[in-house]
Amino acid sequence: MDLSFSHEEIAFRDEVRAFIRDNLPADIRAKAGRVAHFDKADVVAWHRILDARGWAASHWPREHGGPGFSPVQRYIFMEEMLRAPTPEPLSFNINMVGPVVYTFGSDAQKARFLSRIRSLDWWFCQGFSEPGAGSDLAALRTSARREGDEYIVNGQKIWTSTAHVADWMFCLVRTDAAAKKQEGISFLLIDMRTPGITVRPIITIDGAHHTNEVFLDDVRVPVANRIGAENRGWDYAKFLLGNERTGIARVGLSQGRVSRAVSLACGIEGLDGPLTDDHGFRRRVIELEIELKALEITALRIIDRQRRRNDGRPDPASSVLKLRGAETQQASAQLLLDVAGRLGAPLDADLAALGGGFAEAQGAAAIHLGARAATIYGGSSEIQKNIIAKGILGL
Amino acid sequence: MNLEYSTEQTLLADSVERLLSQRRATDRRAIWAACAELGLLALPFPEDMGGLAGGNVEAQIVMEAVGRHLADVPYIGCAVGPGAILGLCPETLRLRELVAAIAEGSRTACLAHEEEHARYRLAHVETRAERTASGFVLNGKKTGIATIDGVDELIVSARLSGAAGDETGIALFLVPADLPGVRMRTFPAFDGTTLAIVGLSDVALPPDALLASDKGALAALDRAEAASLSAVCGEAVGILEAMLDETVAYLKTRQQFGGPIGRFQALQHRAAEMYVALEQARSMALLAAVSVDLPDREERWRMLAAAKVQINASLRFVGQQAVQLHGGIGVTEECRVGRCFKRTAMIERAFGDTFHHLAVLDRLGGLEGRLPRTAPAQANGRAA
Repeated sequence: MDLSFSHEEIAFRDEVRAFIRDNLPADIRAKAGRVAHFDKADVVAWHRILDARGWAASHWPREHGGPGFSPVQRYIFMEEMLRAPTPEPLSFNINMVGPVVYTFGSDAQKARFLSRIRSLDWWFCQGFSEPGAGSDLAALRTSARREGDEYIVNGQKIWTSTAHVADWMFCLVRTDAAAKKQEGISFLLIDMRTPGITVRPIITIDGAHHTNEVFLDDVRVPVANRIGAENRGWDYAKFLLGNERTGIARVGLSQGRVSRAVSLACGIEGLDGPLTDDHGFRRRVIELEIELKALEITALRIIDRQRRRNDGRPDPASSVLKLRGAETQQASAQLLLDVAGRLGAPLDADLAALGGGFAEAQGAAAIHLGARAATIYGGSSEIQKNIIAKGILGL
Repeated sequence: MNLEYSTEQTLLADSVERLLSQRRATDRRAIWAACAELGLLALPFPEDMGGLAGGNVEAQIVMEAVGRHLADVPYIGCAVGPGAILGLCPETLRLRELVAAIAEGSRTACLAHEEEHARYRLAHVETRAERTASGFVLNGKKTGIATIDGVDELIVSARLSGAAGDETGIALFLVPADLPGVRMRTFPAFDGTTLAIVGLSDVALPPDALLASDKGALAALDRAEAASLSAVCGEAVGILEAMLDETVAYLKTRQQFGGPIGRFQALQHRAAEMYVALEQARSMALLAAVSVDLPDREERWRMLAAAKVQINASLRFVGQQAVQLHGGIGVTEECRVGRCFKRTAMIERAFGDTFHHLAVLDRLGGLEGRLPRTAPAQANGRAA
């Protein structure tokens, strides 16, 4: 039994840390930890820097342009980026559509899409949820009718984050209305410039335009852009959602927020002196630290188990990581805003004009408000509990 | 990183599981003899005294099975604790004989360190030891001793100099329980385990009763506390497992409103949360096991304190939910989850409760050392 990383793994961690230190552009570093979402330009810029190093697709196998990291290296790599923090490699491309293309795509599709997905030349968004298909994703109704070598797609997608800046959308559509609901779904790649696509912004409570509604109105999609077999899309979607779940706890992100909350608290005086002396504050920090430590070890245990099993199947125990990970992201964001106090009030204002204290607390409100979505997206906490109850406990 | 049991550890887990699943909880002495036969009693003792030098993972493996079967085996008090202490004492013929006798189950020893006013502070020793021409004389009172009926030897902490709470001046003595002046009273704790109080009045000891003194004694006590905390984390995991299993089984069989109550999502989600609590506890038990021997005292106690706080929280949550989801039967004497619940409440206050370990972490600037320190840092506490 040994929880510590090997010398090689520690050397790798130091290498990643040094790479981030030496290569993360100063303007992106300045925003780090102060924004809920990085701009597309920042994500692309950092992604290209990683790609030049061969690290953009950290968990892809070597033959598809990945670095050939071990499961532990992947974990270390992601955590170092979250801890810095840097923009993350675009999950839609790297964690989701890329592995689907190299696992289920044709040779022609691999040749056309893979390197562009990896390099972020083509930015993908995810066309899964619909107004009537949220947690019950298989209830989706967007239809794709075959006409020669094209599908005619009609319907509406929602919560389509980054659709307004995306080049492509990977999309679940219904190709057989008569089949059982999981069995009539296909997986299409849709060029966002295709006529008939309308993207409408959804402004979230953090004031951001990050997500959208996407309307599809007689959108013509070549059959050649269907991944895998017709009506097997649900299998690919399940693969996609189960892929690379060990990073979803995002412990480093929460750790970074706690660190920022503590350093912010160091400069704040309250009724009984420095906030860092306040018993209640200290206890919240400590309790979060404990929870994050447990989560980190749980992630390592799941990685270790996968490494030994080596069948690539998703582990239902990773629902623990999503569940507790999202909760600690929220708790750490809440702590940050609580420390900021009323200096955390501005969401989007000229902070330099307001004064230094406001600048110190920059982003606290947006991060807190943005974090509320963490227990909702990517399978809500309630869905994760369903997975545990059914998949693990057999209830 | 390697989180897999070795072949020997797997074998150990299997054989302890087999032993405890066959025994009834009542025949304490018989279980103890069976533990000796299996080599479990030699496990925590150092090799040069004839022990098997098992590690903290091995102790957790034993205790996990003890927890799972709610076995009344004082393995921590009579094996893990003494083993950790003797591991830091110079090897002597007398100790070799004692360890051999403990290993074969013919004699028993336990740690008698806790005191009424100590409240988890390791160096809070009021019991006095005075040097005399013929050795030492001990006076004082020891409490909360986890032991076995008719224990033969006590490892007693007593103070040669200084005041309660001082980190210097403590010594450890080997005291036969039948010496004149040793008065032992046992009582059942609310979870059914046996605890003892020992009164020491003018107990005369020969010079070779001294096992360790000063720094050596404190280090041995620290190690025993750390090893015991880790072991009880293993027991906690076993009990958490048992409570979750029993509860899930009950949800599947208990019929109400025309079907098993496990079909209700409110109850499914509660069970899922219990599972999360178990997994987090398992992770922290692992952290405890690999942290006992960390050379840096502050680092060691940061990890152990964090582990105990988290495990206490899991015990409380899972215990309460297990009782609740069983309904009325959950609060009866005959129901196993009720007995598990009582045990969890005792484990919560073993080797430092949540108040204590949060205070330890506070003094050390938090688990990650981010917080400015507000008080002089003393790992694992001493009198303020």
